[in-house]
Amino acid sequence: MDDAAVIAALRARDERVFEELMRMYNASLLRVAQIYVASRAVAEEVVQETWIGVLNGIDRFEGRSSLKTWIFRILTNIAKTRGQREGRTVPFSALERPDAVPEAAVDPDRFLPPDHERWPGHWATKPEPWPEERLLATETREVLERAIEELPPVQRAVISLRDVEGWSSEETRNALGVSETNQRVLLHRARSKVRQALEGYLMEAR
Amino acid sequence: MSASIEQLSCQELVELVTDYLEGALPEAEQNSFLHHIEGCTGCREYVRQMRETIALTGRLTPADLSPEAEAALLAAFRDWKSR
Repeated sequence: MDDAAVIAALRARDERVFEELMRMYNASLLRVAQIYVASRAVAEEVVQETWIGVLNGIDRFEGRSSLKTWIFRILTNIAKTRGQREGRTVPFSALERPDAVPEAAVDPDRFLPPDHERWPGHWATKPEPWPEERLLATETREVLERAIEELPPVQRAVISLRDVEGWSSEETRNALGVSETNQRVLLHRARSKVRQALEGYLMEAR
Repeated sequence: MSASIEQLSCQELVELVTDYLEGALPEAEQNSFLHHIEGCTGCREYVRQMRETIALTGRLTPADLSPEAEAALLAAFRDWKSR
């Protein structure tokens, strides 16, 4: 269904379409809400309020942005207000200047020093192939899930939208209100840390 | 290893992997990137692991709203509908 059809169905009070829309976006809405509020419980409330806002606004929605972008804008406004009430502020840098504080994708100790006479900055300890048969094991999956949970909330939201939900960079950028470059910086940090966690687990257990 | 592999160190390459996978590298950098991984088994493995990480992440089940919250929303929908 395209946006116009979904909007028309919602205006016609089609419950099935509403339910489908919720199923499609709830996971992502939760992830984005968690950038602004501390607990999962409050994030759920924010998502609930968002849908109420969508229902109350749909008859007046003018379609100047995509439906998705509009829904996420409603969510962000509600989540920000809730976050402020909780006394929580998202550091400006987390969304607007993610590269202000440099983070290395790989521990610098894994590389030869910059003044090494033959191979400055080359691997001191090369990555070794991962044991294929363990990649799909339940434990590996748990390590992966934990690594994502432990990411800073903005990075967690980006990797969830891009790699769990399979959104495009443009969709992700619009939902979060960040620039293309910042979206990429955040994704890079998130994926690099998750790779590192997997490597730590898979290599140690060999 | 050839001279051009030395131009981009492994430590620099790992910071370009996402740009590379996103197709966001300018042509010249893209060329040195490709040239580097051609001759460097460590970096080739690193890029492979990043792809594996992305594939594994894609298999995760997205978080979801609690059934209670979802039920409450459907109730809210019916309430809205009857207004």
